[in-house]
Amino acid sequence: MDAREETYGLLAEFTTPGELVSAAQRARQDGWRRMDCYTPYPVEEAAEAIGFHRNMVPLITLIGGVAGLVSMFAFETWVSVWAYPLNIGGRPLFSWPAFLVPAFEWTILCAGLSAAIGMLAANGLPALYHPLFNAPNFCDGASTDKFFLCLEARDPKFDLTEAKKYLEGFHPVSVVEVKY
Amino acid sequence: MPASEVKDDRMIDPATGEYLELAPGQSFRSVTEKVTRIVLSPATPLGWLALFGVGGALTILLLVALIWLFLVGTGIWGISQPVAWGFAIVNFVWWIGIGHAGTLISAILLLFKQRWRNSISRFAEAMTIFAVVCAGLFPLIHIGRPWLAYWLLPYPNAMYLWPQFRSPLMWDVFAILTYAIISVVFWYIGMVPDLSTMRDSAHGKFAQVAYGIAALGWRGSARHWMRYETALLLLAGLATPLVLSVHTVISFDFAVSVLPGWHSTIFPPYFVAGAIYSGMAMVVTLAIPLRKFYHLEELITTRHIDNMGKVMLAVGLIVAYGYGMEAFMAWYSASHWEAFTMWNRIFGPMGWSYWVLILCNLAIPLTTLWSRRLRTSIPFMFCISIVVNVGMWLERFVIVVGSVYRDFLPSAWGTYRATRWDYATYVGTLGLFIALFLLFVRFLPMIPISEMRAMLPAARIAPGRKKEAGD
Repeated sequence: MDAREETYGLLAEFTTPGELVSAAQRARQDGWRRMDCYTPYPVEEAAEAIGFHRNMVPLITLIGGVAGLVSMFAFETWVSVWAYPLNIGGRPLFSWPAFLVPAFEWTILCAGLSAAIGMLAANGLPALYHPLFNAPNFCDGASTDKFFLCLEARDPKFDLTEAKKYLEGFHPVSVVEVKY
Repeated sequence: MPASEVKDDRMIDPATGEYLELAPGQSFRSVTEKVTRIVLSPATPLGWLALFGVGGALTILLLVALIWLFLVGTGIWGISQPVAWGFAIVNFVWWIGIGHAGTLISAILLLFKQRWRNSISRFAEAMTIFAVVCAGLFPLIHIGRPWLAYWLLPYPNAMYLWPQFRSPLMWDVFAILTYAIISVVFWYIGMVPDLSTMRDSAHGKFAQVAYGIAALGWRGSARHWMRYETALLLLAGLATPLVLSVHTVISFDFAVSVLPGWHSTIFPPYFVAGAIYSGMAMVVTLAIPLRKFYHLEELITTRHIDNMGKVMLAVGLIVAYGYGMEAFMAWYSASHWEAFTMWNRIFGPMGWSYWVLILCNLAIPLTTLWSRRLRTSIPFMFCISIVVNVGMWLERFVIVVGSVYRDFLPSAWGTYRATRWDYATYVGTLGLFIALFLLFVRFLPMIPISEMRAMLPAARIAPGRKKEAGD
């Protein structure tokens, strides 16, 4: 927790996604683990370069969808068979084909909400404050046309002067220290 | 068409002869500024204000019509027996159909990797949401006692009553509720990264805080982007069956009944195709003035208009098949009632509506949309989009009213005449749609900026990789 007092990490700015990806690949090869890339649009290669391959969003969505399907179908069955049985044209109380439509809709609804909320939760969003927003060049271009590599102070290899020298080896536009 | 025949050569891809989906010479910053300046400019265009005035006035007309309806009841409309479903249901089906093209563009074309959809997907989704708002209003005000609309939802109540899940009208509640929620979620999640761009480009404190809260603190981390892309793809995969199911369920409202003219198995595919037909037309109706007034021709190019023309042609042919199959089944079923309903639809007292519908939906668009020259002509496409919208409204009118005003017993025959309140409510929802859409255009980025960036040549990173491989 002492790192929290001072430095979050070192932020290197690049102008093209290609430079960012090769820098991130090198950093990973050189043993850096606590790092992240920041891009104004999804760059799949950047995620691969920092060793991020799998995510939990599909599983969360599947669980949400199955929960929606089962709960709605069970609910319809309970309502129609036990809670409020109605004779509609002599059809059986458990007329399951008719129950499929709302159950299907609820599957989509629960799966979709799980995908959206699960994605935000896994990303730790909403998080209106983040130390990176303290870096002026980050606020100016991270969401427009600048590409960033951040080596975080949490990494055991992290040493402010060494890491700064290391990042400057990639010839970035700038390397700035990001404080909490 | 050889490139020499075309006025604007810069917009033609020399390799394929096709129009480009994005004008050449764009950079990350220029694309961003083209979209954000529309929202962040402190000056509201005069045309916007004028049109918003029209939309707002019509919205007030809608409010007046609704208040009168709440005070007096559905008797102010032209509905009676045998036509108990009048304009309200026609407008409901028409509006929800318009919404469907937005989901088609944002979800189905995303799954098919149609890159051209990127620049039009955001406002098409907004169109979906506002169309669903207008559509959802109609069943609610049509139920007679709208203040009890929550009875449609299954909730534990002191009356110990529960809804009847075998009814297509109940399925409708779930289909439309789900469609509305998923459309909003898909639209908002898709907008989060662009809202962060807005936050970073805004100058005023209020705008920074408002967009900052809406952007949820998005910072473009590579890990976040990957989860985000997965979630968006999953939402697209979920929205695709959803959009097909919504209009299918709406067609069940008709097809599950035993009325001649409604009791038909062709209804689900025919309704879905009709929905996409009218929705695509509405996207064209909105896209053409938007690109003109906001100078977005470099992002929404002739290619988009051309492609939407092609989609309209394809779904229009399915609609034509539906019309043909309806007429064929009326004869082939050997049912006296079916045959009479069809005859009455074409030659009866309201036969004019059928002929205008054939003219608007088949005769004009399906003969002209084959021509590339016409598809790439902006004024022509604008006119054709209006024609198809009128035609699709009439199609719903023919189905809803045309099938019931002369049913089994001649003694029970009636007619239908819409009252001024019917017209006021319909025109009022058009105003509500215009007003909501204008607010969206003024306050939110109407083109997905992050998706446009990914389409730029500068986004290719192959050279960097080669260098890496050579190391």
